[in-house]
Amino acid sequence: MAGQGNSRSEGVDQGRRAMLTGTVRGACAVGMMGALVAFPSRRQSVLPALRPPGAMAEKDFLSACVRCGLCVRDCPYGTLKLSDLGDGPVPGTPFFNARTVPCEMCETIPCVAACPTGALDKGLSDIKNAKMGVAVLVGHESCLNWLGLRCDVCYRVCPRIGEAITLEVSHNERTAKHARFIPTVHSAKCTGCGKCEKACVLDEAAIKVLPHALATGLLGKHYRLGWEEKARAGHSLVEESPEMPVRGMEGVEKTPSGTYKLDRTPSGGFKEFKP
Amino acid sequence: MSPRQGITDPGAASVAARGWLAANKWLLARRLAQLFFVGIFVTGPLFGVWIAKGNLASSLTLGVLPLTDPLMLLQSLAAGHVMTGTAILGAALVMVAYALVGGRVYCSWVCPVNAVTDLAHWLRGRLGIQKGLALNHNTRFWLLGGVLVASAATGTIAWEVINPVTMLHRGLVTGGILTLGSATLVTAAVFLFDLGIASRGWCTHLCPVGAFYALVGSRSLLRVSAVNRIACNDCMDCFTVCPERHVIAPALRGAAKGVGPLILSRDCTNCGRCIDVCSKTVFRFDTRFHSDPAGTKSARSETKAA
Repeated sequence: MAGQGNSRSEGVDQGRRAMLTGTVRGACAVGMMGALVAFPSRRQSVLPALRPPGAMAEKDFLSACVRCGLCVRDCPYGTLKLSDLGDGPVPGTPFFNARTVPCEMCETIPCVAACPTGALDKGLSDIKNAKMGVAVLVGHESCLNWLGLRCDVCYRVCPRIGEAITLEVSHNERTAKHARFIPTVHSAKCTGCGKCEKACVLDEAAIKVLPHALATGLLGKHYRLGWEEKARAGHSLVEESPEMPVRGMEGVEKTPSGTYKLDRTPSGGFKEFKP
Repeated sequence: MSPRQGITDPGAASVAARGWLAANKWLLARRLAQLFFVGIFVTGPLFGVWIAKGNLASSLTLGVLPLTDPLMLLQSLAAGHVMTGTAILGAALVMVAYALVGGRVYCSWVCPVNAVTDLAHWLRGRLGIQKGLALNHNTRFWLLGGVLVASAATGTIAWEVINPVTMLHRGLVTGGILTLGSATLVTAAVFLFDLGIASRGWCTHLCPVGAFYALVGSRSLLRVSAVNRIACNDCMDCFTVCPERHVIAPALRGAAKGVGPLILSRDCTNCGRCIDVCSKTVFRFDTRFHSDPAGTKSARSETKAA
């Protein structure tokens, strides 16, 4: 087989071919190894993880966190844990379970100070600006305040009482004479520390901290809220609607906000309504 | 002593000639070092005496010395993240240290997986398992390339999903090894792979962390030297115990080709086991500057000069 044709050019040709096949085989090997290694890292965690304060967005977090556990070691309350199989988050990364041990919101933020890689952002200087998640009152059918009682525990333990959680008063339809004090979370103020979830007196917490995107939803980027645009511009951006007469209301006096002033009759109807 | 005896019990001749302690000196030192690099991380959680915090991925020793695995930094960079100064400084310190003492000193003196795969290899010999999957010891370098490609493609530190080195060390320093978690499972997988599937399969053929450190230390100062190679009686004990046996021959048998006695391969882990098992005291630790082949065989230097 060997020795056919011009031996010199064949030698050069074979050398070139060997180099070419070597390069192709090398590239194949790197590509195959890369694909195999990428396989598990593309898996999304099933359970949403609550990350330490200052954590980068989840996608970026996995490019920066080396899973050294220094944040866990410097957490004085044992809040942070390194994940392992079955915990939900990618194994080795720090997380916390608010119902087990919530974040105590240390003023010095030792976990962020300990992070060597920048996975926890050193730019977080005030723990009140942390965005570990947002509390959501998920149990509208089990929350004691929703049932008309005055539990208020989540409201009272909130480190930002009156700001992150307020009690909004509404009418209790069941008794028809009491008020309900509905715990209401304000996402701009809530740090996601989880003290409310920890303190909830129910067997399963009615208020839970969820990762931000899950908790708040997101408006389409093209949405413009008319009233905000109006306030910003100082006037309506579209022509005001022309005033249309309402049949049967001719001559009835109006309030400054544009509704009609109606008088009740003893029978329960309105004087101005004519059947 | 028959060659057969040497293979089943390498080091027996060395024990007979030099005593048990001298014939196991470096092995003992290595096991102590491996214990040390776990121990300094667990005195804190166990006894409240904090020496080192973190793990082999990144750590802080005595509150002042930051160390970071440079391969993590590289993968993170490939994934599009530039780490903070602490991690960059830590990685630089690690690189300098291993560039001096030999990159794969990490493998044989620090990495906890070494004890696992050594145990598998020892048991393999005891059970008489000889056949196995034949792997190329350069596969690890391809895997290292693949790890960086995967990091860039996924935007994550890709190898950390399965890295037995950091998983085992993390499991040891956090106590996770006591549960049926990732540390236990991945360590069991590596052990069984080395025991039943491929002889010295993981550390010698596949581990990309070892491959990376081999590259870091490819010009290192500290080397094993077959300085007294003229005394070699071809008992093959060093080849039997060496986890990277291709590194020995060029130095041990290079006199005829005018090659110096230093083991210069980047794959050598500086484990020193060859020094232990040699009954003729052929090997010793040396620096790469003592590479003159003339000192060991004057006849060779004349041939070379001619």
